[in-house]
Parts: sequence; structure tokens; C-alpha cells
Amino acid sequence: MKLITAIIKPFKLDDVKDALKAVGVVGVTVTEVRGFGRQGGHTETYRGAEYKIDFVPKAKIEILAADDQLDEIISAITGSASTGKIGDGKVWVTDVDSAVRIRTGEQGLDAI
Amino acid sequence: MDSGNLAWVMTSAALVLFMTPGLAFFYGGMDRSKNVLNMLMMNFYCVLIVPILWMVAGYSLAQVPFDNDFIGGFDATFLKDITVAGDGGALAIVAFLGMFASITPALISGAVADRMKFAAWAAFVPLWLFLVYVPIFKWVYEGWLGQRGSLDFAGGTAIHVNAGIAALAAVFVLGKRKGELQPPHSMPLVMIGTGILWFGWFGFNAGSALAANGQAAQAFMNTFLAAAAAGLAWVVVEWLRDGQPTNLGAASGIVAGLVAITPACGFVSGPAPLVIGGIAGVVCCYAVKLKYRVGYDDALDVVGVHFVGGLVGSLLIGFFANPDFFGGEFMEGIFYGGSAKLLGEQALANGAAIAWSLPVTFLIMFGLKKTIGVRVDPETESSGLDLHEHEEVAYHGASVY
Repeated sequence: MKLITAIIKPFKLDDVKDALKAVGVVGVTVTEVRGFGRQGGHTETYRGAEYKIDFVPKAKIEILAADDQLDEIISAITGSASTGKIGDGKVWVTDVDSAVRIRTGEQGLDAI
Repeated sequence: MDSGNLAWVMTSAALVLFMTPGLAFFYGGMDRSKNVLNMLMMNFYCVLIVPILWMVAGYSLAQVPFDNDFIGGFDATFLKDITVAGDGGALAIVAFLGMFASITPALISGAVADRMKFAAWAAFVPLWLFLVYVPIFKWVYEGWLGQRGSLDFAGGTAIHVNAGIAALAAVFVLGKRKGELQPPHSMPLVMIGTGILWFGWFGFNAGSALAANGQAAQAFMNTFLAAAAAGLAWVVVEWLRDGQPTNLGAASGIVAGLVAITPACGFVSGPAPLVIGGIAGVVCCYAVKLKYRVGYDDALDVVGVHFVGGLVGSLLIGFFANPDFFGGEFMEGIFYGGSAKLLGEQALANGAAIAWSLPVTFLIMFGLKKTIGVRVDPETESSGLDLHEHEEVAYHGASVY
């Protein structure tokens, strides 16, 4: 069992959601986050004064997945979140020891 | 006062009251999200304390007796002989002027944002009202400055130049904010505040005729035009200079234009409001950058917009005053065949207001600094005045940056 975490451009969230549904993903958690990477920040101007905004808004997606679904889900994300421009984000995968569905008490892959 | 005039003065008074929440949003949106409630509270506090002080003694000291040149007396304390008297006209005027007294100290809150102890602000407002606002108001209207012939229709000198220079004195004692400068936390709040201010300003300016007459209508139209011209001028300058037109530029220009036309709106006509507004928009757009060069931390540009805008409008009366329109009970401006005497009186009136407001405000702030302290502790400043000074948070669920 794996946890897939993806950081994407916020305006790509709907495309990614549709792509994930299309490959059979039944649950996703989304968080609004801010951060910086190679894209860098942007500049805002108020009353002629420039403000450097280093932290760029991004969406963070988290998905619990069975090992055999992994490749399909990752290519769904990378395919749908890509614009080809700097700042498209990242996907990474971590091992998950256990999971429990709170309502039923089901464990492991049954809880996904 | 006949019923038409009475209706207009009372309506105008309510319009001016509405400007204080407008100002609170205008400033609050520009402020950081962790201090926005403190900003709103500083403004709303003014409409809590000032009406009471105005009724108790403020109006009396600022106006009565009318033939006194420097300061009024105690003849009309607690509105003696004004309440339940005559046709209500005097009462309506007291209320109208009370709204002006309320918003004037509120203007200063934009300069001291993000770092002033609320207890110090609570003490500052009454002290400033009696020691600075009341005497200058008396001098400008009916007092020695007004009698010399200087003109200030709705409070360019008595309100905007006065509060603007007081803001400079206040931040000089208070010191600079810590940390990096932050952009406005909510531009939509700034824009709604600007709309409310513009709306209320029709009462502020056209109401200052204290009658529903031609002068009021001219002041109304001038208020409309000057704000538009100044907003447009500011946006054009920054579009050419910085590369983009901004909402904050439009809002700042509108307010600068309203400030500049305030002293002039009952004395000028024709294209004058467009010229006064246009000049104010351009000058203030550059003036707000002065603080970075000179090094004072006027957080939300009270000096650059109110002091500079008020001064520009007040001095331009010396050129544009047109006595034909209202029967000529005042000196004409240079463009209407007048000498430079009116311009000189305008300069003197503003100079006198500055010469009183700057040092006295400094002394009030210095006295507060030495007694109860004027500045919040560093931890409060970094984690936000809303939580520490008021135990409230503006936006639950949002991160505080």
C-alpha cells in the first residue's frame, strides 16, 4: 500500500480529478498549500512599491493506493497536470504501513 | 432653518457617519490579515468616543461663542440652549459637525497601523480632539484664519492637512514597523471601502453648504468630478511609470481627489474640479513614495494622500476661487482676476494648522509614550494585534502570514 502525494498547479485540479476518476480512483484529499521551487515567486505592485511574493499557491493531492494501481495513477496525474512550463509540480510515493476505515473498521487494502 | 435645508443637513450628517466604516474598510483591506480587526476597532472607536465628547464640550469649545478668534468656551456644554430649541437647525448642525470630529482622528489610524497599543489610541483620540482638532477648527471657521479671508469649504485645512501632518508626528514617536513590508491582505475590502467613502463624501462636501442650495449642488458636482479625475490620473501615471493599472491606484486616486476638492468644492466651478482632481492624483501618486526616501513609516499613506492632497486642494483655491457663482462674499482666485492675496491666506492658514498640529501631536504621543507606552510588545506585533489586543481573529480557518 502506498501514499501518492502530488503538488500541482491549482488551475489543473479539475483536470487531475477527472483523470483520476477515469482510472478508478475512489478517494482523494486536496489541500491548498504554498511553497517555492524552481518556478520562483512573482512580484506584486501596490502604490508603486514592489512586493516579492516567494511562496506560490499550489494544490496538494494525496491518494492512498494499492501497489498495482501505482503506475496508472501516477501517469494519470502527470498526464493531466502537465503544461510543459516550469512550476508544474511533483509527484512522490511513500510506503504506508496500515490504514483503517473509521466507519467499518476494515483494515489494509480493504480500507482504501 | 427651513424643512428642505434641515432634511439635507441631517441626511448629510448620516452620509458622513457612513464614511468612518468606509475608511475602516479602506484601511483594513490594505492592512495585514492579522491586524485588520485592530484597524477596524481604531476607526469604530472614534465614532464611540467622539460623539460623546462633542456633546459634552467639543462643540462648545470648537464653535461657541462665534465671535471668539482662537477657542470657544463652555457656554454650550452639554448642548445647553441647543437641544429642544428653535427649529432644530442648530441641533442638526451640531450633529453634522460631530461626524466630522469623529472621522478626523480616524484618518490618523492608517499611519499608526500594525504597532500602536490600543490603550494608547484610546487615550490619544480624546486628547487630540481637544488639543488639536478643536482649536484648529475654531481658527479656520469663524476664528482668526477664517476672518482673514482664507477659504476651507468642507475641511481641507481643518481636517485633512491637520490629520495628515498629525499622522507624521505620530509615526515619528511610534517608530517603524518590524519585519518586511506586506502587501494589502484584501483588495476587495479596499475597493468597497473606497466606494463607501466616495458615497459618504457627497454629504461631507455638499452638506457643508448647510443648506440645500446652488452652492451645495455645485459642491456635489465638484466632488463627483474631482474624484473621477484624480482616480484616472493616478492610474494613468502608474500605467505609464510602473507598467500596469492597479485597483489600489484607482482607489488611492479617488480618495486623493476627494481630499483635494474638499476645501475647494464650494468655491470653484466649471473645469476647476477636473484640474484640481487631476493635479492631486498625479502629485499624491508620487507623494506616497516619499516615505521610502525620507524614512518615516506612514503605514497606509495618510501623509501622502491626506496631507499632500489637502494641501494641493487648499492652495489651488488661490487660483480657482470663482466668487461670481455664489455672490462673491470671498476673494477671487488668480484665474478670476484676483491678486495673490487669497493664495497667501491659504498658505498662511495651512502653515498655521501645521505649526500647531505637528508639535502638539508630537507632545501628546511623547507624553503617552512616557506614561502608558504607545507601542505593543514585539511578540504582539509579530503574531498580530487582533489576537493580543482584542482576542478576536478576522478570518477563522485561514492561515495568518
